[in-house]
Amino acid sequence: MKILVPISNVPDTTTKIAFTNGDTEFNTAGVQFIINPYDEWYALVRALELKETGKAEKVTIIHVGLADADATIRKGFALGADDGVRVDSEGPDAYFVAEQIAKYAKDNGYDLIMTGKETINYNGSSVGGMVAGFMDLPFISLAVKFDLEGNKATVEQDVDGGAQVVECELPLVVSCAKGMAEQRIPNMKGIMSARTKPLTVVAATGSDKLTNVKSYTLSAGRTTVKMIDENNMDELVNLLHTEAKVI
Amino acid sequence: MVLVYTEINKGKVKKSSLEAVNYASKIAELTGSTVTAIAINADAGQLEDIGKAGAKKILSVKNDALASLDSMLLSATIEQAVKAESAKIIIFSFDIIGKAVAPRLSARLKAGLVAGAVDYPTVNGTNLEVKKNVFSGKATAVYSINSDVKIISLLPNSFPVKLGDNSATVIDFAIDLTGVISKIVIKEKKSNDVGGMIPLPEAELVVSAGRGMKGPENWGMIEELAKELKATTACSRPVADMHWRPHHEHVGQTGVAIRPNLYIAIGISGAIQHLAGVNGSKTIVVINSDKEAPFFKSADYGVVGDAFTIVPKLIEAVKKFKANHN
Repeated sequence: MKILVPISNVPDTTTKIAFTNGDTEFNTAGVQFIINPYDEWYALVRALELKETGKAEKVTIIHVGLADADATIRKGFALGADDGVRVDSEGPDAYFVAEQIAKYAKDNGYDLIMTGKETINYNGSSVGGMVAGFMDLPFISLAVKFDLEGNKATVEQDVDGGAQVVECELPLVVSCAKGMAEQRIPNMKGIMSARTKPLTVVAATGSDKLTNVKSYTLSAGRTTVKMIDENNMDELVNLLHTEAKVI
Repeated sequence: MVLVYTEINKGKVKKSSLEAVNYASKIAELTGSTVTAIAINADAGQLEDIGKAGAKKILSVKNDALASLDSMLLSATIEQAVKAESAKIIIFSFDIIGKAVAPRLSARLKAGLVAGAVDYPTVNGTNLEVKKNVFSGKATAVYSINSDVKIISLLPNSFPVKLGDNSATVIDFAIDLTGVISKIVIKEKKSNDVGGMIPLPEAELVVSAGRGMKGPENWGMIEELAKELKATTACSRPVADMHWRPHHEHVGQTGVAIRPNLYIAIGISGAIQHLAGVNGSKTIVVINSDKEAPFFKSADYGVVGDAFTIVPKLIEAVKKFKANHN
């Protein structure tokens, strides 16, 4: 049983965001890129744990992007992934990305696809559900616990107002949220082996550009904070009523 | 034709679904079309509410298998409604089910999806241009949807719900799920104990507290403040990780992202990961003993001081306010 983990190459959480080319592109100058935290901490680490406990044979990382993402893919190798595939394309939108991943998974016989619940740059929560749609597979979203017994997955997932435990036979697509696994730090052996693990580059297959970004705008920060004296909570309540109009 | 997916939860049409119907009816207006809603296992009163929110027609589906909310079954159901109505625009809420079903439908129908829209689209020829949050709220992007069939999911709490006196034509809509086999078997359901509070993603008022509260035994005043304001309680990540508060109360990047009208943060320093989950709140009040706490830079109102003396004063002030405004 092989697991495929799609990863996104995203700016580090603390990045100061800026745009370029008439606010139509993200400005990558000086930006530190990382594996999307949900893809890494939850999907990839849990996939590696399944392999380490003998429940999976292989963990492959897939990324749809250009060569500058190779360093990010190798960070996943350092954590323990066996190999990686980069579909050589800018990956214009979630539909395009998901179509590439689904095709690779189908052609290469992956039984379990584990994604993060969303990316921290586009926040669309879309790729997992789309991959399941392309492959006509069951999709379990927002998994917080995941285990395998033979071919049967037992998954706890967040649902409205609580959680539920479900069972499903593989093949399956699952999106992973907090609770799945703990963040890992790569060890020296992992870092050393990362350089030599196989990273295959494949061409993207034709797909339409169903959506595109026209422009970006930085969110307006809040204007200066109004400080209220700690002995004057009546004023705070009054401002919340008359000025902010929220109570 | 604009089609909107609605959902029933705890005996009522979900607030986020009513927002989606409002949103769909505005889009119908913009595109010179009408709104059809799809409702699953809804009763007469619930159908009436969907009508009041602006649906002209409701496809009422009765099917026990759909109670599981499996995205495969829901997607197949909605696909049949899309075909029957020749829908070109499909609206979801960007809530838990919307996040699972809209992408699947997008793949099935080759329909461009904008997930988490925060404003009404503008029409540009045959394309729709829609704004959504990106970079965890640090920016917005305007997306153009260029495909023939278009899907938009609306970020909850982007617009207040409006119910009018519209009534919809209800049609019993029979679906055929032959060959669509759900392999997901629900074994156990666990409810979050929210003590009658509105669930966090839907809450308009939220009182949240962090490590500054020093221990779970001190949450009484947080709960009391929330109760007086009819607010929902939340907490920061360290508090959830230390099990002072249940996991479902954790707001922030890894927890629940919320955008209430009022977010009161008590004893929370305001790490960037926390802000990513709450910076969509309309008004933010920060109470912290450290005047250098980064959260003050993202607040509308700030109070510097000891939460253990300030919160009781705030509770008294809220009580007084309520007494004067009833």
